[in-house]
Formats: sequence, structure tokens, C-alpha cells
Amino acid sequence: MTDRGIEVGVFLALMTLVVLVGFGAARWRRPADPYDIEEWSVGGRAFGNWTIWFLLGGSMYSAYTFIAVPALTYGVGAIGWFAVPFAIVTTPLTFYFTTRAWSVARRHGFLTHSEFATARFGSPGLGALVAITGILATIPYVAVQLISLQAVLRTIGFGGEWPLLAAVTLVSVCTFRSGLRAPALLSVVKDVLLGWMLLTAVLMVAMYGGWGSTFRIAAHRFATSPNPADGLLLPDTGHLGFLTLVIGSALAIFAYPHALVGMLAAKDRDTVRRNAAALPVYCMALAVMAMLGFFALAQGVTPADGDLNTVVPRMIHEYFPAWSAGIAYAALSIAALIPAAVMSIAAANTFTRSLYRTYLRPGASPAAEAWTSRWTSLFVKFGAAALILAVDPAFSVDLQLIGGVLILQTIPAVFLGLLTGWFHRAALTAGLLSGLTVGLVMMWDIPKLDATGRVVADHFGGSSWPLGDGRTIYVGVVALAVNLLVTVALTLLLRAVGSAGGRDRTRPDDYLADAGDPYLKRLDELIDGLPTAAERRERVG
Amino acid sequence: MAPPARPRSRHWQWLLLIPTAAPLLTPFANRIEPTLLGVPFFFWYQFACALLATVVITVVYLATRGERP
Repeated sequence: MTDRGIEVGVFLALMTLVVLVGFGAARWRRPADPYDIEEWSVGGRAFGNWTIWFLLGGSMYSAYTFIAVPALTYGVGAIGWFAVPFAIVTTPLTFYFTTRAWSVARRHGFLTHSEFATARFGSPGLGALVAITGILATIPYVAVQLISLQAVLRTIGFGGEWPLLAAVTLVSVCTFRSGLRAPALLSVVKDVLLGWMLLTAVLMVAMYGGWGSTFRIAAHRFATSPNPADGLLLPDTGHLGFLTLVIGSALAIFAYPHALVGMLAAKDRDTVRRNAAALPVYCMALAVMAMLGFFALAQGVTPADGDLNTVVPRMIHEYFPAWSAGIAYAALSIAALIPAAVMSIAAANTFTRSLYRTYLRPGASPAAEAWTSRWTSLFVKFGAAALILAVDPAFSVDLQLIGGVLILQTIPAVFLGLLTGWFHRAALTAGLLSGLTVGLVMMWDIPKLDATGRVVADHFGGSSWPLGDGRTIYVGVVALAVNLLVTVALTLLLRAVGSAGGRDRTRPDDYLADAGDPYLKRLDELIDGLPTAAERRERVG
Repeated sequence: MAPPARPRSRHWQWLLLIPTAAPLLTPFANRIEPTLLGVPFFFWYQFACALLATVVITVVYLATRGERP
């Protein structure tokens, strides 16, 4: 059997296992009604420490990260390293903010940021705006996962459109059937395979001269490249762009719908908090992956068709033993499909809760909600697949960058809102709209350059705004600053003229609520008249 | 927004500022030497930050466990 044959054989065997697990997941700790929206989309809010840890790793540390980050360090060096500090910064923030988000969501039965914004600031319109921004930002994010998957499939020899469509169909059916249980179980499989892949990679580096020679040769290659901005260290003019990108990306994590879904599935506050403490392990895995970009550069791995996303898959093919390469390809493919599944669930919930239930069919039954979410999740995944198959894939990458800037504009409502309900709903809406406008206008104005600095397109050439002296700044952070200025100034103004904001339906206690609190259930009945998850389950059963 | 009387253990949460700020000190970490196992300082510094984050979050978790105002 040839090396390629073994690679493909191992890969296909593992992917078959994945499909079986994905289908079987619906039976895992089977609830009375797996298609209640709480069961389908957040696993009945009953996942424990380990499940949550794997699920978060599965949904946040995606194939796009594992393929695009090493591609960046391979291409430009230190600047690509931004993903590592960004990931680390999110962990202490998760410990504090996500715990509050979990409590208030548990208390009110929220599944999405947009519902929270509606309740906190008493404004369905603001919630809808947050929801639309979230969905627009998520679809290209799903698309870039599929691009990573395509890069892997192409390296193995499954080029073209059909393998990708087959993979998307399989994962869609698994999600449709099993909801969040499918990605949760698959995350365990993925982490085992990914752990194996990282171990192989570290051994591989040791066998080919170790990190010392890897970095020496990489430094030499950067020194002889025509691009002045690349290198093992940041250039003096690079710090502002680097730091604003780190901060902007870290904050965006708390606004993306998919990042919340995994945490809401936790069974209690302590599960969320313990997980935050364990999440830096993933940051280190990401850091090792990022350093592999330097290894690929030092060894002279060349991308296929100039597509940097193929650097990691090709390095695996050239330097891993064949069967290990098969495992690594399976790990990367699952790492693309899990976030695609979680993101589509998150976007679907956002649509169902903040647009469908608010505007299209108020008073929709839980069954109707679940039905809408399940079908919307299919729409999101196939929409993303259509985006890369019908349109130029490079377009999805641009859209994902734009999406990152857009989602950042919901931070005042959904992230700062966890701390304070001081903002006026009209001010938040105006701030969000001005942030979106500033972000889009700035990105529209950035010309796209190729590697030699030649202008290849006039508009949407990235999210780094040049300041003229060689320094750049991340557009998202500038737009967010404008957004916050408008929000604060208008809130002060509106309060000064005596305009009352919307009614805050949350109470300070809500942000500290925990599973098993006796008042949790009682308050549900008293204030909202909403049935609790347990009651709903009884009613169905 | 804060409830009037918070137990003292809530102050432990201020410790979280350390692992939040540490990874952002890249302008000071932007150097090759000292290397660790051949890895330049700029890169292994972030590994150290990840470890620091785990330690600090665990300490805060243990110190505030079971405490809710």
C-alpha cells in the first residue's frame, strides 16, 4: 500500500466513525423531547466539566485557526502570532463575564446575545439589530471553516466541489438530528486526534533539528524576503496594529453567537468557572500550531497553487508518517465541521429568538421554535457552502474579516451590558449603527496589496488601517471607539433631557444566579410566567 | 449596580487583571534572547502567560468558590 493509500484509508475510516458518532449523539443522555429548543441547541443546559471543555475547544479553536494561523506565521512571522495572546486574554475575561452571561441566560432562558440585549435595555429593535449583525458575521465564519476543510480535502486528493458538499451534507444531517449533542461528542474525538497530531508534530520538529535551528533558518528566510514587515519579531511600527488586533479579536469572541452557545450548555456556574481555568491549555495547543508555521518555512514547504492555507496540510503530508498524517487530516476536518455545526446552531437560534419569535410569529410554541432553528441551521450551512462554491473563496475570507469588525460593534450592548444597564437603548442603537458605518467605510477605503506591495484592488483590502507613518491600526477597534463615544454621549444627552430608557427586565441577582437556586424557578413563574425547562419536559413527557 | 454588601472574597477577582494584561505586554517581550529550548523569548513568553492565566484563574476560583453575594 502506498503512503497516500494509507493516509486516505486512515482518514476515511476515522471520518466514518465521526458520522456514526454524530448520528448516535441524539441518543446520548436522551431527554424526553430532544427537539425542545433548549435540548436541541444547548443540550438542556446540563453538560458537565469535561463535555463543556471539549465542546469549547471544538467550537472556538477551529480548523480555520489551526490552518490559517500557521499560514500567517509562515507568511509574515510575528504578526501572525497575534492569535496566541488574543486567545489567552479571553480566558480571564471568560471567567468573569461568561459566568455572568450564563447566570442571566439561565435565569431568563436566553439562548442568544440578542435576547439579552432586548431584555437588558428594553428594546426588541436593538435585539434585532444585534441579531442581524451576529448572523451576518457568522455566515462567512462558517464559510472560512469550509475553506479550511477544502484545503485539507484538496491535499488528500479529494479536489473539486463534491467532497466538500458531501461533508457539509453529512454534518448538516448530524446537527439537524442531534443538535448540540453531535458537536459535543465529536469534540472529544477531535481533541484526541488533535492531541495525537500535536505530539507527532513536536516529535517531528525534534527529529528535524529542534526549535533552535527551526527559528534560525526561519529568521534567515524572513531576512532575505522582499517584505520588510515580516520577521521573527515585530517591527517598531508593528506594535499598534498588533495590539489593537489582539484586543479587538479578544472582545469579538464575547460577541460572536457561537462562543456563547457552548458555555450556555454548562450545567452550573462552577462548570463555567472551572472551564475558564482549563482553557489556557487550548491556547498552548494553538501556540504550538502557530510555531509550526516557522517549521514549515524553515523546511521549505511550499503551498499548493499559492494558497497559504495548504501549508499545514502539505507539511503533514511531507513530514508525518502516513498513518499519522491520516489521523491529522481527520482531526483538521472534524475541527472544521464542529465549529460549522455550532455556528449554524447559534445563528439559527439568533434568528428564531430575536427575529422569528419577536416579529414574525410572536408566541411561537417551543416546538415551533425548535423546528425553525433546525431548518435555519441547514440554511446557514448550505448558504456558507454556496458562498464559497458559487463566489470566489477569497471573497469569504474578506467577508470574515469584515464580519469581525461588524460583530465588535455589538460589544457595548452584549458585553458591557453584562456590567451595566446604564446605556440608553436609543444611544446603543445609534452607537451600533455609527460603529458599523465607520468600520465599513474604513475597510472600503483600504486598498488590497499583493506580496510586493502592488495595489490589486481598490477596496476591502483587509482590516488594518494605515496611519501613514508605517503604523497601522485595527479598524474594528477604531469603529468600536466611535461607537462607544456616540453611545455614551447620547446616553448622557438623553438622560439630561429626561428621556427614560427601556425597562431593564434583569435584576442584579440574575447575574449571579446558579443552578439549583430555589428562587430560580419561583422567579420564573412570578415574573415571566415562563415554564421552566423541567416543567416543559414534564409537559412533553 | 453592585449589591450593597459584597463579601471580601469578591476582591480576589481583581487578580484576574494580571493574566488579562500580561499577554498584551508584547512591546516589552519583543526580543529573541533569552531563548528557551531554542524558542525565542517573544514566543515562549506567551506560553508563560497561558500558564499564569491557569494559575491565577484557579486561585481566584478556589478563593471565591461557594461565595455568592
